[in-house]
Amino acid sequence: MEKSYIVKQISIFSENRPGRLAAIAGALRDAKINIFAFSIAEADGFGVVRALVDRPEDAHRTLTDLGFRVSFTDVIGVKMRDEPGGLSDIASVLGDAGINIEYAYAYSGKDAAVLILRVDQIEDAVRQLLGHGGELLKTSLSQ
Amino acid sequence: METIRPGELADLQLKRLRWTLHQAENVGLYQRKFKEAGVSPDEIRTLDDVEKLPFTYKKELQAGYPFGLFAVPMKEIVRIHTTSGTTGKPTVVGYTRQDLDNWSELIARNMTMIGLGEDDIFQNAVNYGLFTGGLGFHYGAEKIGATVIPSATGNTRRQIEMIEDFGVTAIHCTPSYALHLAEVAESMGKTLDTLKTGIFGAEPWSESMRTELERRLGVKAFDSYGLSEMYGPGVAFECPEHNGLHIWHDCYLTEIIDPKTGERLGPGERGELVITPLVKEGLPLVRYRTGDVTRLMDEECACGRGVKIARLTGRSDDMLVIRGINVFPSQIEHVLRSLPEVGEQFMVYIDRVKHLDEMTIEVEMSRAGFSGELQDLARTQKKIAGELHNTLGLRTAVKLVEPGSLPRFEGKAKRVIDRRGAI
Ligand SMILES: [Zn+2]
Repeated sequence: MEKSYIVKQISIFSENRPGRLAAIAGALRDAKINIFAFSIAEADGFGVVRALVDRPEDAHRTLTDLGFRVSFTDVIGVKMRDEPGGLSDIASVLGDAGINIEYAYAYSGKDAAVLILRVDQIEDAVRQLLGHGGELLKTSLSQ
Repeated sequence: METIRPGELADLQLKRLRWTLHQAENVGLYQRKFKEAGVSPDEIRTLDDVEKLPFTYKKELQAGYPFGLFAVPMKEIVRIHTTSGTTGKPTVVGYTRQDLDNWSELIARNMTMIGLGEDDIFQNAVNYGLFTGGLGFHYGAEKIGATVIPSATGNTRRQIEMIEDFGVTAIHCTPSYALHLAEVAESMGKTLDTLKTGIFGAEPWSESMRTELERRLGVKAFDSYGLSEMYGPGVAFECPEHNGLHIWHDCYLTEIIDPKTGERLGPGERGELVITPLVKEGLPLVRYRTGDVTRLMDEECACGRGVKIARLTGRSDDMLVIRGINVFPSQIEHVLRSLPEVGEQFMVYIDRVKHLDEMTIEVEMSRAGFSGELQDLARTQKKIAGELHNTLGLRTAVKLVEPGSLPRFEGKAKRVIDRRGAI
């Protein structure tokens, strides 16, 4: 049951140099893959581009063929109420359950803002959020 | 010749040394040098007397550009090779017909030693121009009756097709090009089943590189040592024991010295290799400072051949001095190749930032082992820097770069870029 809410994010290793993000975005555009959301995490000289796309398998293959290092990461997407306290509610549900958020980023969906979460105990997180009335993205949404 | 008795060898060496000194007297440089050192070739009565003779330096060869050190008239010189000096003029080496015979004989001996012969199909994937590795191995391999493919470098996919289509059993190339061949062969899905022997030379390579090349190419890897001033490749070579290189004592008189004081070191002590070639006609040399660091090995080889030199850890002119610490690029390579997280290639940059030397190492990520998590990358970066610190005693900045983004080399790899001189 929880599994149907686990979404495949693609994570791409990228050097911090001009043009790398454009190369990734261009490759996905050429393959007619739609990007819902992305974020960039940077460290010393390199970074990881994280993206939620409509066809993750195709995106993985396309980028790997171009020589990028790509892997899948399991994340969940939570619809946030578009009012004060939306984020804090989600964070406290997980915090109370002892679930650690490794990173998060958000995008504006059609009807609501969506928070993408990478957590350490993903199935627990799904159960807790559903149990507290949260609305999660279905895996199939991103297929 | 491979198994000559020690006494006979010494007699032969002395006879040939005296011949070489007389040959050297045809050269203006040596007339001057012998005079300055107050020594005449006739005073050399034992092999130990060689210590009375002056050293010859590469810069003296360069100063003689182009033909100043030839000991025979130009009409007797039948071949020229040159080495591009990183600084100043190239070194020009001239060969008489006898020199070419001697040289191919030495290469032939090496190839026979590792079991190659007329049944072998030999692909010579090195530069065929002025570089001595191409023609040197070409004639040596023909001498043993192997079928020689003068493939030279470049067009790697074609090289791989030839290995497959011609049933190549032995290949000669630089270790960095061998790695590139393995990489391309894997991407083409070729397993190179006929290939059994790899001869790798022209740049120092580590034991971890050996493991990798043997695994990926399915060969036994043999180290080949030489330098243009001593004809080229063929001076010393690994036997099937793969533990040190046999140097051909009937043709090369070797000494190991302390590079600072010039004093001779004992067996087992590491220092600079000094060679007096014993059969060279066109360009005789006396106590030539090779700049290569090695030692004469104490232990006898199980194969019964003569005294070996240890594998080279680098040339003293490749040696980098970073914040007062001596670093050989081969040490960096050894560390990196032992880490599974590290991919095919690396580059080393040295800068001077506010009067301090800074070494930056760019490392390609391996194709396996990317978890997608930033903190795992940061951990890998830290691990690499930690291992380098352990080995070199030096802090370095490690940069992870994408696979395939660093330059590939077909000839000698130039992985170190020292930017301290440039302003
Ligand atoms: Zn041996």
